[in-house]
Amino acid sequence: MSLTQPVPVPAAVTTKLSVEHVGMIFERDGKSTHVLNDINLEVDTGEFVCLLGPSGCGKTTLLNAMAGFLSPTSGEIKVNGEVVRKPDPRRIFVFQERGVFPWLTVEGNIGFGLSKLARAERDERIAHYVKMVGLEGFEKTYPQELSGGMKQRLEVARALAVNPDMLLLDEPFGALDSITRLIMRKELLRIWDAERKTIAFVTHDIDEAVQLADRVVVMSARPATIQQIVNIDIAHPRDISSPRYLELRDGIFRQIGLAHKV
Amino acid sequence: MNSLSKPRKWEPFFWPILASALLLVLWHYSVVWSGTRVFPSPREVVKGIGELARHHVLWRDIVDSLRRVAAGFGTAVILGVPLGLTLGWYPAANQVVNPVMQALRPISPIAWIPVAIIFFGVGDRAAMFLIFLGAFFPIVLACISGVSNVPSVFRRAGRNFGLTPPQLLAKVLLPAALPQILIGLRIALGIAWLVVVAAEMIAVDSGLGYLVIDSRNSGKRYDLVVAAILMIGVIGLALDLAFRRLEKLRSVRWGFRFES
Repeated sequence: MSLTQPVPVPAAVTTKLSVEHVGMIFERDGKSTHVLNDINLEVDTGEFVCLLGPSGCGKTTLLNAMAGFLSPTSGEIKVNGEVVRKPDPRRIFVFQERGVFPWLTVEGNIGFGLSKLARAERDERIAHYVKMVGLEGFEKTYPQELSGGMKQRLEVARALAVNPDMLLLDEPFGALDSITRLIMRKELLRIWDAERKTIAFVTHDIDEAVQLADRVVVMSARPATIQQIVNIDIAHPRDISSPRYLELRDGIFRQIGLAHKV
Repeated sequence: MNSLSKPRKWEPFFWPILASALLLVLWHYSVVWSGTRVFPSPREVVKGIGELARHHVLWRDIVDSLRRVAAGFGTAVILGVPLGLTLGWYPAANQVVNPVMQALRPISPIAWIPVAIIFFGVGDRAAMFLIFLGAFFPIVLACISGVSNVPSVFRRAGRNFGLTPPQLLAKVLLPAALPQILIGLRIALGIAWLVVVAAEMIAVDSGLGYLVIDSRNSGKRYDLVVAAILMIGVIGLALDLAFRRLEKLRSVRWGFRFES
């Protein structure tokens, strides 16, 4: 896929995340499963990257390794040049909606990572992110009384509140209905535009990847390798019926080996 | 009435009261028709309760029983909850301790009475020790399973926000396990009440259990025996209802299902 026009990028492009020759083999019950094979990837500061691949291909494993929850069997993952060895509040992992704490209110969840701040600053930060994700009026509400989309926004707010440099999102909208999912994508792009975090976003939805990402990393089935990295050279907001959008999307469909006729 | 229609306001009280009333009527006529001279009728039992209350024994016995439960159950909570949380947190330690605990758990606290008397003599502390034994294991086991059932998503989220292991225990694992721990505490409280009555029949000279035995031994006063039994049941119910209120606290409500 050739670049016809340059993607607008910040003035000084620096590498935020680099994945170097990462391999992952799981040993379980005497059987070893080869999950990741020689993955190499560089993500720039402020870039939005989607990891796309079939279910069970290991893209979530790669995201977990980026977060520091798993260490690769071979190779290294570096953030700002430092090797990732454990989880860190500078890169927050966002799970599907199950990740919010049901014993805390909306406020309590957003303030969870802020216990070191002074009270006033903490309250201000909470109020800011409550507003950003549109949960005003629900500050004292417990998650079980929220809809799936609201829970997901709450989890994004909890992640943003600690001011991380990176967000690692693991199919965050996978459990939502298709209309809420579209709204959430728009919301995420709005937030990304406001905060310019580096984002790695795992999905198996090709449309989602092409709508959101600067670059789509297409992964193969297990053991996962990077098949191709596709630049999405369309400015936001993206017209999802434009020829360029359809061309890029269909290219990825072909790459994954799916005919786009049902 | 189908299950979807909302019960009217008086219904949750009316039906249980009606059922209790019917039971009393059945009891009364069973006594009358069988012509028993030993088993008391409800009316005699009520008179018995009045008599006990007038002589200030009833109140003292209730307080003594509750005091023993508070001490034994309280000690079991103070020792059992931290132990259970720790064992849930370190599965390796749990594997070491688990066989011993599973072997001790099914032994009725009543079987420990002779041992308790050797250690503590006949008296309050022996009874409290038995209650402690009865309550301790269910509490420990509820905490272990509560902590080990906390979804890994919550643990990972906690670690991601930079919590140290003690913070993770206090801010994630404990609140996440709390609904299950509360269920364990409630079961343990029921057992504690069961055990106090049994222990008081042997090891002490006050309390509701003692009242049951004493009323029989000093003149076969079966009206007082049944009066004491009724008080035991009513107080057990009150303890359980009081404990259930904890389950409605908002920070643990998510872990329970309520009929809405």
